[in-house]
Amino acid sequence: MNLAAATNENLAHISNVLIYSSMAVYTLAFFAHIAEWTFGARSKVGRTAAALTETATAAAPAVQVKKQGGGTAVLDRPKIVTRSAAGSRDVPDGPGAAGGSEKGDLYGRMAISLTVLGFLVEAGGVVARAMSVQRAPWGNMYEFSITFSSVAVAAYLILLIVKKNVRWLGLALVTTVLLDLGVATTVLYTKSDQLVPALHSYWLWIHVSTAIICGAMFYMGFVGTALYLFRDRYEAKLARGEQPGAFAESVLSRLPSAASLDKFAYRINAAVFPLWTFTIIAGAIWAGDAWGTYWGWDPKETWSFITWVVYACYLHARATAGWKGRKAAYLALFAFACWIWNYYGVNIFINGMHSYAGV
Amino acid sequence: MSKTTDTTDTTRPGPAADGAANETDLGAAGAQLSTAPKEESVSTLPAMGVIGWIRWFWRQLTSMRVALLLLLLLSLGAIPGSLIPQTSIDELKVTDFKAKHDVLAPVYDKLGLFHVYSSVWFSAIYILLFISLIGCIVPRTWQFVGQLRSRPPGAPKRLTRLPAYTTWRTESEPEAVRDAALAMLKKRRFRAHSPRDGEVASEKGFLRETGNLLFHIALIVLLVSFASGQLWKSEGGKLVVDGDGFSNTLTQYDDFKAGTLFDANKLAPFSFTLDKFVGTYEKNGPNRGTPRKYEAHVTYSEGANGKDKKGVIKVNTPLEVDGSKVYLVSHGYAPVVSVKDPKGKEIYRDAVPLLPLDSNATSTGAIKVMDGYRDAAGKKEQLGFQTMFVPTYAGKGKGSMFSTYPGLDFPVMAVSGFHGDLGVNSGLPQSVYQLDSKHMTQYKDSKGNKLAKLLLPGETMKLPHGEGSIQFVGIKQWASFKISHQPGTPFALAGALAAIAGLAGSLFIQRRRVWVRAVRGEDGVTVVEMAGLGRSESAKLPEELADLAATLHSVAPSAPDSAASAETPEGAEK
Ligand code: HEM
Repeated sequence: MNLAAATNENLAHISNVLIYSSMAVYTLAFFAHIAEWTFGARSKVGRTAAALTETATAAAPAVQVKKQGGGTAVLDRPKIVTRSAAGSRDVPDGPGAAGGSEKGDLYGRMAISLTVLGFLVEAGGVVARAMSVQRAPWGNMYEFSITFSSVAVAAYLILLIVKKNVRWLGLALVTTVLLDLGVATTVLYTKSDQLVPALHSYWLWIHVSTAIICGAMFYMGFVGTALYLFRDRYEAKLARGEQPGAFAESVLSRLPSAASLDKFAYRINAAVFPLWTFTIIAGAIWAGDAWGTYWGWDPKETWSFITWVVYACYLHARATAGWKGRKAAYLALFAFACWIWNYYGVNIFINGMHSYAGV
Repeated sequence: MSKTTDTTDTTRPGPAADGAANETDLGAAGAQLSTAPKEESVSTLPAMGVIGWIRWFWRQLTSMRVALLLLLLLSLGAIPGSLIPQTSIDELKVTDFKAKHDVLAPVYDKLGLFHVYSSVWFSAIYILLFISLIGCIVPRTWQFVGQLRSRPPGAPKRLTRLPAYTTWRTESEPEAVRDAALAMLKKRRFRAHSPRDGEVASEKGFLRETGNLLFHIALIVLLVSFASGQLWKSEGGKLVVDGDGFSNTLTQYDDFKAGTLFDANKLAPFSFTLDKFVGTYEKNGPNRGTPRKYEAHVTYSEGANGKDKKGVIKVNTPLEVDGSKVYLVSHGYAPVVSVKDPKGKEIYRDAVPLLPLDSNATSTGAIKVMDGYRDAAGKKEQLGFQTMFVPTYAGKGKGSMFSTYPGLDFPVMAVSGFHGDLGVNSGLPQSVYQLDSKHMTQYKDSKGNKLAKLLLPGETMKLPHGEGSIQFVGIKQWASFKISHQPGTPFALAGALAAIAGLAGSLFIQRRRVWVRAVRGEDGVTVVEMAGLGRSESAKLPEELADLAATLHSVAPSAPDSAASAETPEGAEK
């Protein structure tokens, strides 16, 4: 074995150690999130049930007045009063996992710090892997998985940095990342390796990287949609004056309002849809170069197409009377299920031109 | 505003109520924020008469709801094709499947499930969808042109009911406020006008609709170029051994498919020679044998008598000549064999392409000597040899004839011979890789066993009783190519790019309206109200309104706090 190969073995080893370490850190983040939710459950700040009845007057104009000098009131900046669109409830967002408890909030912050740390370690693992194979780190399902989860965490952290209200995503995200890494390191692990000739192409960089980004973002949209469905049922119960179950009362009341969750999911899905369109087109161009057919209904292509059409359905449904709200949300869930099936199922269960990617 | 008179506010539609209420509520102000077709209930059955029915059917077909259902059907309809083997992808698998499932197969066959994407029902779905699409785009485009030429509608009576609202009191004159608002909105590229005294109506974000229409039109362009590509395309395969050539005429192809409107005279006149095929493989480690590089080095010339040029065809880089593309599809070994008759005269010498069976290139094939052979007694016969070839032999006593590495490390060929009638003239199609030994007798050795021998390069197997010999002379490689001409692709690509651009416009741009109203209140102070309305809920709308309000507020600042009541009208501070 020559020197370069030895270095590569070394790097591959470092990568594995980093990935395992990141799993350890994410596990700590997971427990910190659990603590956040637990302490939050004991706090009784800002419960939706109470808030629900308060909002009817919100539409009245409000003027903020600031006293300046000799008692002259000067409007600093006209204050905007917002109303949600007709057809959705005017319910404020829940207080978040910590539920206003200081201790819960502390644990939540710890969880986020740990997630940042976990992300840095994991990203290091991905980079080491890329260096060891001297190519883009997504040549097989193992690499695809580790890149996928680090991109998902990165997207989440970026949303936090730009001050979007996404802290409620933390627990679900960390849990999935742990699952994803667990499956990657145990079932999907592939020794670092060069690529077969069909994958030697700059389209690997373009097509696969955008596919991973789309997957990570669609995943967040999926979590938003799923939670929307729960929270929506919870709010509907409250609106009917029924008493929700203890779990719903404790957990769902702390989530953002159904309208906020729905909007969050829509924005993410709508923003990713053009990128997903691009991914498929880039794939077609690559297929054209590699196999001589731009579109051959290979199972992977077919499922990308199906995923695309179902997301289009979802976007359409949101503009179609009678399909907004829950029905559209079910379509979004179905669309994401297609994406996941395309990622795992097609590689593992169906033999197509794509399955050489080393399951 | 007095709460008692404002009953609509307390009877908000619940979540079950339709969002469409949003638009009807606001009357003209909310109308035409998009060109989406109006939704009608399916239950409104048409007035009698054929025309009535046709009109009803057409309206249903071009409604958003049916478009949605057709889209959903399209996605569901595409599923079986990924689970059931398709003739267009792999005929062999289909045959296998049919052999294994004698109950299901005929049913699947009837339903066209072995060729889903060209089946009647799948075609019906997408054709209906595209009719619906055209039926939707044309009126929407007209409507949009109309909207572009008209002015934004006036403000609704109660601006407070809009999704974003603000108000303040100022000492500026209503006319001055209005002019300032008009100027500000125009500067921000709103289409603004003043429909009434003291009121400004404005709108922005028409690119959204443009993008949406562009996207849907691009889908049609995509489909049309895809379909026309299918009609005019041509695609053929050719296997070439190192040193051999190909010129692009129909007769040279091993197999050829073309669309119904394809004209064989239009085949681009180019030719190429395969100088050498190069395949390299991982030598060491757990991935030993994994391919690293496949390259076909060719010399080609464009046109009938163009200059010779050198080129390399790789898996991801086809050669583009004369508008056609030459792809490297597969490769294998072609042992060169020489066959001699009883007199020692060479009657056959050729490189015989073999079919690789596994990833280590264990290969099989047949050598067919059709004519020129007479046996020792002078009788005319045909010869056939069955061969197995391995580029890297495991060694004697180490398992059977399976290759352990795809590179040429220890090439060995096994042959067994037959004589008689090859049956090639029987009219039935025959695989070049298989010997039909029905009318042939196998050679036996002196002990009466079937004659078979492992040959190293250069070695010879003698046929019994001086009937001749076969020599394994050397090894060449072959590569097979796909030569395809797809005329629609530039349009398809343009359509695809337009679709992405349109989508981006459609999904990232908000179409929104902003109204400003400035009226003199009873106490002589001007009350300014501003409100915004968007097509879909967006966080940006209130932000933008706040921005606009701050700008306008700097021109028309709040009046001194005349009455204490201004502080929090009706205690509605949020
Ligand atoms: C080939 C199938 C189709 C696909 C893939 C498709 C896809 C899409 C997508 C992704 C959107 C979302 C973009 C946005 O929200 O602005 C959209 C919007 C829209 N589509 Fe389609 N569409 C198809 C067919 C149709 C048909 C047949 C109609 C007519 C009935 C139609 C009418 C509309 C309208 C009116 C919107 C805008 C909705 C709005 O204003 O928010 N589409 N379409």
